[in-house]
Amino acid sequence: MHYSLRDARFRALVFQVVALGAVLAALAYLVSNTVTNLEARKIASGFGFLAREAGFAIGETTFIVYSAADSYLRALAVGLANTFRVALVGVVLATVVGTLVGLARLSSNWLVSRLATLYVEVLRNVPLLVQLFFWYAIISENLPGPRAALNPLPGVFLSNRGIAVPTLVIESAHAWVLGAFGLGLLLAWRLAVWARRRQARTGQQFHAFWAGLAIALGLPLAVFLGAGAPSALEVPALAGFNFAGGATLTPEFAALLAGLTIYTASFIAEIVRAGVLAVQRGQFEAAYALGLHRNLAMRLVVLPQALRVIVPPLTSQYLNLTKNSSLAVAIGYPDIVSIANTAINQTGQAIEGIAIIMTVYLTISLSISAFMNWYNKRIALVER
Amino acid sequence: MKAFVAVTSALALTLAALPAQAQSTLDAVKSKGFVQCGVNTGLAGFSQPDSKGEWQGLDVDLCRAVAAAVFGDAKKVRYTPLTAQQRFTALQSGEIDILARNTTWTLSRDTSLGLNFAGVNYYDGQGFMVPKKLNVKSAKQLAGATVCVQPGTTTELNLADYFRANNMTFKPVVIEKLEEVTNAYFSGRCDVYTTDVSGLVSVRKSRAQNPADHVILPEVISKEPLGPVVRHGDDKWFDIVKWSLFAMVEAEEQGLSSSNIDQMAGSNNPGVQRFVGASGELGKMLGLDDKWAFNVVKQVGNYGESFDRNLKPLGFDRGINALWTKGGLMYAPPMR
Ligand SMILES: N[C@@H](CCC(=O)N[C@@H](CS)C(=O)NCC(=O)O)C(=O)O
Repeated sequence: MHYSLRDARFRALVFQVVALGAVLAALAYLVSNTVTNLEARKIASGFGFLAREAGFAIGETTFIVYSAADSYLRALAVGLANTFRVALVGVVLATVVGTLVGLARLSSNWLVSRLATLYVEVLRNVPLLVQLFFWYAIISENLPGPRAALNPLPGVFLSNRGIAVPTLVIESAHAWVLGAFGLGLLLAWRLAVWARRRQARTGQQFHAFWAGLAIALGLPLAVFLGAGAPSALEVPALAGFNFAGGATLTPEFAALLAGLTIYTASFIAEIVRAGVLAVQRGQFEAAYALGLHRNLAMRLVVLPQALRVIVPPLTSQYLNLTKNSSLAVAIGYPDIVSIANTAINQTGQAIEGIAIIMTVYLTISLSISAFMNWYNKRIALVER
Repeated sequence: MKAFVAVTSALALTLAALPAQAQSTLDAVKSKGFVQCGVNTGLAGFSQPDSKGEWQGLDVDLCRAVAAAVFGDAKKVRYTPLTAQQRFTALQSGEIDILARNTTWTLSRDTSLGLNFAGVNYYDGQGFMVPKKLNVKSAKQLAGATVCVQPGTTTELNLADYFRANNMTFKPVVIEKLEEVTNAYFSGRCDVYTTDVSGLVSVRKSRAQNPADHVILPEVISKEPLGPVVRHGDDKWFDIVKWSLFAMVEAEEQGLSSSNIDQMAGSNNPGVQRFVGASGELGKMLGLDDKWAFNVVKQVGNYGESFDRNLKPLGFDRGINALWTKGGLMYAPPMR
């Protein structure tokens, strides 16, 4: 490389340095301006407020214990945990529902495929916010109050306060049951490996799936019964205004989850359908020719190839679902945006609050992309 | 949410992109030809569009008073409906010139938000509303209740304080939009709806299917002085808003109203002479026309007229919002 502008590589380097410098200078200008302006207008700044007492209550929390006497930081952590909860469950459910609907659209059964088409066309085209209000209204307007709660199963109460279900009173024996389940899974996995190897060697099949299932479930069951089946339940009961005891799925969470799942599933369905259609017909025919029946052909031949087409757009849907969970505030679910908004309003520190929200979503989104990229690489066609 | 992010981004942008300088709100308002006023999204009696789409209410009248003082025309106002969450950022970013949206004057808002409160146009306090059929007689019986509340309000904080102080628990359901939060209450999602008592009265009257089915509990758990807000640092504009409100109060005390001010202007009472701009230079001192206060009263009316027009039909009493001469708190410093 020559240190001359006539040298292409040197020139490129100079341009990059100049561009970087310009961006940094602009950034520095904006930051310093912001600081001076905040100062001039006597608007508080800095992240010191995070340690201050939040002073507002939060309706539901995930794992984190919180009261109004805790700090803003803890309140934000509660919001983040709530966002994680709805996004995680939502992604799993949307994938399941979306895959089922997508495959249903390809079904040779006229009714099934038309119903799936209807699902996709209706739900994909109604704005999510409207759907959220719809689900929330269904729950809060149509279900009776807690004093007249529906009681579909013993101990389960359905009211406009949500679904109250009994919870298990945890004892030490339950840890053993859990351990036995883990051991059972391990054994089932070993069994599957052994069965595959044997089939490869001798051609003999073994029903590893059913045997494995029996082990994975039987072992903990045996331990559970052996310990005298400790299953004391904490049953929700009406106390004053509301149900106390057990666990409650709130209408806000339920409506948000339903909305996110059902809406996103309509997009996932199309992605799955496109993925399957992208696999050439010949692949099916070849699989049939080998004697595989429809389900096996789908599972062993078509889906693995379809996945390569499906995973990248699926990633965007996961990102969308997570970001859309910020609509929570409309129906009162305390997600990170809702909590940060309140914090912003109480402290007036909008810039810091928005910076926190952006950092959170950026981190979540980049993590999801990183994971899906890794998964995509794993399933990518290995070219030989 | 989107709107909120937009407003906040606007704030970030204005703060970042504009070099620090003291722009005069009065000049900006004069050059665009109207006052941009931030109001409620629709709280009957305070700010709500009527059947013709014209905004009406006590807070709206304050915006109109400022327009009358500045332009001699109370119609030169444009309204920006704001939720509790959006209101301060909208003011800080310069999107609005005045915030007249039942906003409680507190120390932290006055200081750390970079705002100034230009007086109080309604003295209020926070209360609780419950369905009559729950048979609750006192807020002390609310332990374990589910409470509907709007975020970003003093209400949210007082609520937590009150239950903490009384060793009671509650479940908040926090919803941003007035429409949605009241729906949640009326549908039975919550046992209790809490906000400023004025808000409770207004919501019960204007949104309940049968207002008689809901009771407002006797406890008033906080002080909520509601008033107009401007940006910190523009004293001239601050003075104009402050004295537009005082002019309405003073007019009531002097017995000046929209119907009699024309003929009273001819009286030789020196106080009235100063008020209508026939003597002295009060207008000039504010940077306004000397007929500014005359225009406020002529076009908008005095405080009592505004109260009677907007709040009385909803069943409000003057209560502590009566003039100081009648045992209330409404008091304007001397206009001289
Ligand atoms: N005064 C309290 C509460 C004001 C407030 O937002 N009240 C609600 C309930 S009455 C309201 O006006 N909502 C109308 C809206 O969201 O547009 C404050 O300043 O924080």
